[in-house]
Amino acid sequence: MLTLQIVPYSDLHSLSSVGRIRKLLNLAKQDKLILVQGRLKKEEEAELIKATMEEINKDFKGIELAVIETMSGKSSGFDKFRNGLFNMMMGNRQGLTIIGPANIVKKIKKDPKNLQIIIEEESGKRRRKKRSS
Amino acid sequence: MKKLLSKFFQKYFLRLFKKKKDLKLGLYGPPNAGKTTLANRICQDWLGEDMGTVSNVAHETREIQIKEKIVIKSGKKELTFNLVDTPGIATKIDYEDFMKVGMKEKAAKERAKEATKGVIDSIKWLDEVNSVIVVLDATEDPYSQVNITIIGNLVARDIPVLVVGNKIDLKKANLERLKSAFPQYEVIGISAKKGDNIKKFYDTLFKVVK
Repeated sequence: MLTLQIVPYSDLHSLSSVGRIRKLLNLAKQDKLILVQGRLKKEEEAELIKATMEEINKDFKGIELAVIETMSGKSSGFDKFRNGLFNMMMGNRQGLTIIGPANIVKKIKKDPKNLQIIIEEESGKRRRKKRSS
Repeated sequence: MKKLLSKFFQKYFLRLFKKKKDLKLGLYGPPNAGKTTLANRICQDWLGEDMGTVSNVAHETREIQIKEKIVIKSGKKELTFNLVDTPGIATKIDYEDFMKVGMKEKAAKERAKEATKGVIDSIKWLDEVNSVIVVLDATEDPYSQVNITIIGNLVARDIPVLVVGNKIDLKKANLERLKSAFPQYEVIGISAKKGDNIKKFYDTLFKVVK
């Protein structure tokens, strides 16, 4: 059975970068599909990939990762400034981060507006979930 | 405060001297995008020799490779750099994928192990390069989080980026989709294998690399 774990921003906010990465990676290693409120810093995303590589073994093949931004690329300069200031003060709680273990999540297909999580079940059948941002 | 000052010192002051010494131009991207094919193209064009081996099987490059003192010319301009070819960055590596393309289990496991180390090295090297060519496969989905993470990290480190859409000689290539995925960057379509659009690529490199 697939478990979807929702991680609110408040659960990660108080942790260090390493703590955030460890928490998310440990959940993924428990075969959970994780939905995180907000997004990691760019450097943390790279560190997450690095930490994932260090953990790969016979049972854990890595992760699938996707981020949905709530702010469109066509936002005005003022909107970007306002959001940047908000993120600086309050942390980046905008958007959604989806992380899934690679042995369960076959692929995350993304375009700017839609995101598809393609899940591989043990039976080999595929089930599709569709989420709109 | 001390941490902030140290970061500022590392980011601006040390980089100032690093730049004068030698420019490191990194080739980054997901596996099988054609980074080594492009590295070979550059090396063949300006040194008359190859840089590394290429293959259809992902993660052929599993170690950082450096070719020093490449001098490229465009008109009266000259650019000298050390070319750094990096292993493809991925979020998952499964040895069974290598077995599907005919590799024996032991070799597949070894390749997977080396590939994970390669990804780690690529990420570590983000702190060493001065400019980066992000090589993406123009036939693939450009919105993959790996692409976005690589480019985001380069921007966060204030490293100039040139995005190259490779394999434009293939029917499935969609350069417009790539351009719309990264509208704020210079995106140029090439075929590293066949040499399509390479002159324009070199001209653009002069504009982007600092």
